[in-house]
Amino acid sequence: MSVLINKNTKILCQGITGNQGSFHTKHCIEYGSQVIAGVTPGAGGREHLDIPIYNSVREAVDIYAVDVSMIYVPAPFAADAIVEAAEAGIQLIVCITEGIPINDMVKVKAAIKSNECRLLGPNCPGIITSEECKVGIMPGFIHMKGKIGIISRSGTLTYEAVYQTTKNGLGQTTCIGIGGDPIRGMNFIDCLQLFEDDPETEGIIMVGEIGGTDEEVAAEFIKSNIKKPVIGYIAGVTAPPGKRMGHAGAIVAGGKGTAKDKYKALDKAGVHSVKSPALLGEAILELLN
Amino acid sequence: MNLHEFQSKSLFKDYGIPVPKGFIATTPDEAKSVARELGGQKWVIKAQIHSGGRGKVGGVKIAKNQNEVMKYAKEMLGKTFVTKQTGSRGLPSNSVYIESATDYEKEFYISLLVDREDECISVISSKSGGGNIEEVAEENPNSIFKIPINAALGIMPFQLRKLSIGLGLTKKQSGQLKSIIKNTYMLFLENDASLVEINPLVVSEKSDLIALDAKINIDSNALFRQPDLLKLKDPTQEDQSENDAANEGLNYVSLNGNIACMVNGAGLAMATMDLIKLHGGEPANFLDVGGGATSEKVSFALKLILANENVQGILVNIFGGIVRCDLIAQGIIDAVRETEVDLPVVVRLEGTNVEDGKEILKKSDLEIITATDLTDAAKKVVEAVKK
Repeated sequence: MSVLINKNTKILCQGITGNQGSFHTKHCIEYGSQVIAGVTPGAGGREHLDIPIYNSVREAVDIYAVDVSMIYVPAPFAADAIVEAAEAGIQLIVCITEGIPINDMVKVKAAIKSNECRLLGPNCPGIITSEECKVGIMPGFIHMKGKIGIISRSGTLTYEAVYQTTKNGLGQTTCIGIGGDPIRGMNFIDCLQLFEDDPETEGIIMVGEIGGTDEEVAAEFIKSNIKKPVIGYIAGVTAPPGKRMGHAGAIVAGGKGTAKDKYKALDKAGVHSVKSPALLGEAILELLN
Repeated sequence: MNLHEFQSKSLFKDYGIPVPKGFIATTPDEAKSVARELGGQKWVIKAQIHSGGRGKVGGVKIAKNQNEVMKYAKEMLGKTFVTKQTGSRGLPSNSVYIESATDYEKEFYISLLVDREDECISVISSKSGGGNIEEVAEENPNSIFKIPINAALGIMPFQLRKLSIGLGLTKKQSGQLKSIIKNTYMLFLENDASLVEINPLVVSEKSDLIALDAKINIDSNALFRQPDLLKLKDPTQEDQSENDAANEGLNYVSLNGNIACMVNGAGLAMATMDLIKLHGGEPANFLDVGGGATSEKVSFALKLILANENVQGILVNIFGGIVRCDLIAQGIIDAVRETEVDLPVVVRLEGTNVEDGKEILKKSDLEIITATDLTDAAKKVVEAVKK
């Protein structure tokens, strides 16, 4: 068992012929992911990386049973790509693209509400079920099959958590990068529930950062809904207010969204947390014992 | 990207949002002739900086004759204003905005912004306008109300009624508010704004609603389709090194400490700053070099870091995922050599080919301190700076 994706997951890639799409799809296939079709408008009928290319998502899903769409479409066209995937009935849409205009995402969120799909991202590293399936840009080799579920707003910090849990032998079930944008698809609480329901997952690492109030919401959610051990970490204690720290969503605005408040919310809800990302692996190991 | 008040008000005019008549001036003489052209007995002179809180530091003055207009313009032009929002370095006012003074009875607060919680655009309003809205929110949260806009429906009549009742408007003013909100929403969407703030929106002596101030932030991610707005960018209101970094595709934010860091990934970069602090040091910057840490990029980043005179030590923290550590190590060595760094450099490498990477660092004749893990790296750089 795992969360959302496994070795049988069938993947379609939107934007597969672009630089990023091409490069990362190749790595996904090498990891064992089943990428069965690609979409690039205008390139239909061709093959790329030995994968058949279609002009639209609809054309591809008419032929294949597609579980996931992995999107590398450039930012100006990414909103269109997400809605196209949702309209075609794809259940899980993973949008890696960074830099999508925020008003596009406001519209996308309103548009896909009526579709029965989950959106992951944008501006995220994707999702990986260790040793089974990789949908995204994370380095596959640091992952090891195991029992920890990881949820994170940041890519490289996810890798830290993965690396530590691989080194100490715990391994991971699935790692989900929810992305660094202020308006995005799946959130901490969606993923927490999935891990709670997954019998293989024994503990959860949650990596948050400054900006917004999602960690505060997650803290309350954990208190009342999650029985499995959770370790939290929040990046950006030293971030100055009003400055965007790399991610579009990582900004302390109007005194809201500080790391201090988020840690306070975790403490208040009784969620264990660490002040250093170097201690994530150790802390979850301790909690499990 | 922020706009100046005069740029925002020009957009307001284009969208039929009522603002006082005004013009921009860059010299005291120009200020005087602007006042003459505007006519009347009273003028407001406003420093043009990308910051709120100008009034508290002398950036907003009322002149009662044309000589006063000149005097205040002279005081403000070229002056650096340090407000609550600017940080200690402050921002220069290279122009002043002069408008006819408006007498008013009431001040409201209105803004449209991207609402992260409800994942939509929301109208925020309050009867307590004119001041700092964050303070109002803190002291009197019930005086602020929020109206989330459904992206498919737009603003609904019942929402406008709720706003009018909340602000206690007359029938005439309610009609004016309706048009102001609708036009502001259109401005917001068509210009890819992330914030449009009217603070205050006043009820004039003639009982009309007028926007006395205007603040607009444009979503930087959308500038590719807003070429006209891109021209309004004012680099004098931004940090030079942050701009240089952005042009090279790097994310850089300068801070007040003495330990610089160079990291791949925004989250890890933030975490690295936090680690430096946690182990007793003070970070000098946030710097995300992104996934492809090539030697050119590392070299540029090092130069950027070294331009900050406060820096006494450097921590390089790279988690090599898709990029191999041996390539990154070589990049660091080339860059350190090229920039002739004479400060302690601590490097923590992890990921693909990490052993080769560490070997390359060890073999070089440069004095690079290698760290075994995150904690070790932070401790070593804090220690190195203390020496």
